[in-house]
Amino acid sequence: MTASPLALAVVFRLGPIAVTTPVVGTWGIMLLLAGGSWLLTRHVSVHPSRKQAALEVLVEAIEAQIRDTMRAEPQPYLPLIGTLFLFIFTANWSSLVPGVEPPTAHLETDAALALIVFVAVAWFGIRFRGVRGYLSTFAEPSFLMVPLNLVETITRTFSLVVRLFGNVMSGVFVIGIVLSLVGLLVPVPLMALDLLTGAVQAYIFSVLAMVFIAGGLGGELRERRPGPEGKVTPS
Amino acid sequence: MNLLPIVSILGAALAVSFGAIGPALGEGRAVAAAMDAIARQPESANTLSRTLFVGLAMIETMAIYCLVIALLLLFANPFVH
Repeated sequence: MTASPLALAVVFRLGPIAVTTPVVGTWGIMLLLAGGSWLLTRHVSVHPSRKQAALEVLVEAIEAQIRDTMRAEPQPYLPLIGTLFLFIFTANWSSLVPGVEPPTAHLETDAALALIVFVAVAWFGIRFRGVRGYLSTFAEPSFLMVPLNLVETITRTFSLVVRLFGNVMSGVFVIGIVLSLVGLLVPVPLMALDLLTGAVQAYIFSVLAMVFIAGGLGGELRERRPGPEGKVTPS
Repeated sequence: MNLLPIVSILGAALAVSFGAIGPALGEGRAVAAAMDAIARQPESANTLSRTLFVGLAMIETMAIYCLVIALLLLFANPFVH
């Protein structure tokens, strides 16, 4: 029998705090992303080098996605959404490194990520519309919808957790089971499928984060805001 | 013989097997509709496939929920000590 996917392996102890494998993996990915970003943006110039051009393509692609999905200027949301996407993508693909288990295959990492989205929805909503305006989005179609909207806010965060956890963990789990049956070459197509799932899930997590944040901003206000080219965008 | 593990394993198997039927049918319909749309309008294939992927992942999540329930039954069953 394979080990439980819900159990956590303790690597070492910092005083009373037990440091588990997902925590070590998360910090490794954070170091990799932060260090990589620092290295790539050290010599930013108007005439971009190859690396800078590649980075600009990536950032502009994320900006275009945010503009398409949220129908708003991407600048305030780019740091959060971009970081979420890059982190989950790197975490899901970290299973390519032998011996590394993706941190997103554990419930705790996904819960933390979903909590960030939950707080960001309220933060952007309050910053954009004020406390009263944000709270009034809960009564949006009619006042009767308040309990349903409150429940939806909780359940969609929970489904965000279970979606990412289930998809990544099931990939790891299935590969583990197949490996215990046949060792050589047979798990390779499954691992390729796992990479596809990981990329799609990273994309979906960030798209859903965008949709939730855009929902917190409220529909009728955004319609009157000028779009990216200075014209009013229909939504 | 304790009945609880048997019932848990049965429950897990039933959850995965029946939970896979609905999403499978739904995904089949979604892909068929997307194929139809791409055949009619090949120039919008990019937007279509992007939306299709997001939709498929959403549908697939229903099956994943069943898998999570099954794993909870097998590994974190609150009634088995």
